[in-house]
Amino acid sequence: MVPFDFTYHRPSSIEEAVRLFERLHKQGKTPLYYGGGTEIITLSRLNLAFADAVIDIKHIPECCVLRIEQNELTLGAALSLTSIEEANPFPLLTKTASEVADRTARNQITLGGNVCGQIFYRETVLPLLLADCHVVIAGKDGLKQRSIHEVFQQRMRLEHGEFLVQVKIDLSYVSLPHAHTKRRKQGKVGYPLVTVAAIKKDERLHVAFSGVCPFPFRSKTVEEQLNARHLPIETRISRALQYLPKPILNDTEGSVEYRLFVLMNALSDILIPLEEG
Amino acid sequence: MIKCEILLTVNEESHSIIARQADTLLFVLRNQLGLTGAKPGCLNGDCGACTVLVDKTPIKSCMMLAIEAAEKPITTIEGLCDTPIQRAFIEQFAFQCGYCTPGFLINAYALTKQHPDADDETIQEWLESNICRCTSYQEIEQAVKSVLAKKHEND
Ligand SMILES: Cc1cc2nc3c(=O)[nH]c(=O)nc-3n(C[C@@H](O)[C@H](O)[C@H](O)COP(=O)(O)OP(=O)(O)OC[C@H]3O[C@@H](n4cnc5c(N)ncnc54)[C@H](O)[C@@H]3O)c2cc1C
Ligand code: FES
Ligand code: FES
Repeated sequence: MVPFDFTYHRPSSIEEAVRLFERLHKQGKTPLYYGGGTEIITLSRLNLAFADAVIDIKHIPECCVLRIEQNELTLGAALSLTSIEEANPFPLLTKTASEVADRTARNQITLGGNVCGQIFYRETVLPLLLADCHVVIAGKDGLKQRSIHEVFQQRMRLEHGEFLVQVKIDLSYVSLPHAHTKRRKQGKVGYPLVTVAAIKKDERLHVAFSGVCPFPFRSKTVEEQLNARHLPIETRISRALQYLPKPILNDTEGSVEYRLFVLMNALSDILIPLEEG
Repeated sequence: MIKCEILLTVNEESHSIIARQADTLLFVLRNQLGLTGAKPGCLNGDCGACTVLVDKTPIKSCMMLAIEAAEKPITTIEGLCDTPIQRAFIEQFAFQCGYCTPGFLINAYALTKQHPDADDETIQEWLESNICRCTSYQEIEQAVKSVLAKKHEND
């Protein structure tokens, strides 16, 4: 039960959504773009999210696109995770998405909502960071396309009133050798203790993480250490761990020490076969 | 309060209700339509006790607004009548207290319809969306498998 009232809006175009946001804001309201709504509804029950207007983007055609054209895969931000898994245009994204929440929840959770959400795991961003994808963002000045690395630093850095419309992935990335592992405190459903995703491109490993810090990340310095191939892999992994961004999570899921221990094993489990393969 | 008229089609019956735009589908089904089969459990997307079908797809109704489901076909446990999966739950003793049963039945019903050839991995992936505090998991899995096996016998 949502403990406050909001108005629900269902625009059918990008322009209408942006105009609505501006208008509602000028009226002194706090609008939120609405994807699957799973986070907005569950966090508002706990008074951790608030909106007095929600703008549902699931009826905007550009946000529901799943298309391969001219060597590029385009995924709309309002696609549910299960619809992406079923179409399977990018196997590493399928693998990552299929380990988020549970299947019924993923019928609702959208790609955009997971990447832009407040809850900091945002696991589906990992393959997007590894594939150096581009994001299409709508705002009051129209559409812009940016590299994900420019816009996603720990979280999506969107300007007031902007929303994510699509992600665009160069097709040369989607079939690269890849690996993914998600380690939970217990069970097979739920948030990670650590998640690691990796691809191998031109003999170099690209590696991204969730659950290690209170944000997902891909780090140049960590990758440099992991790719220093004149050293044994165990040495590279222990060096890479020294360059992780801070802080390392220390919570009921696991202490810093335990997380680093699990991460070290997760890295050697997935990187050794990927490097040798 | 921001209320409006919402048209819902539940179990093939049309309803016009006046509800808050922020009301969840679960709240409206139970409190406005008196359909108390979908259960409030965690209200947090974790347990699946509130599962219903929207457009034939299992949805946790505690995490969907009623207004989002307007004009889409909704099926609740009250809309399933003597289906093979319901019979299989009885035959296999797939419940104890029964609180999770409507959510499991709806999910398992959709699974058997959408994946008549479901393998063990698919069955596990779907059933993991629901929690049974009485731990009837093995019997629930057997019930699903018995329906899938009968489908094949009849093919
Ligand atoms: C039971 C459960 C378990 C979960 N487990 C995991 C897990 O293990 N790993 C994981 O990564 N996630 C997990 N999640 C997902 C969770 O972290 C997010 O709540 C969910 O991904 C939000 O998706 P949504 O489409 O419902 O977003 P919404 O609730 O619609 O939106 C979430 C936020 O993103 C904003 N937003 C939505 N779409 C856009 C857009 N296109 N552009 C800009 N802003 C936008 C909204 O304004 C809001 O602030 C889980 C969720 C549940 C319910
Ligand atoms: S009550 Fe909806 S998932 Fe638990
Ligand atoms: S039968 Fe009691 S919770 Fe499942």
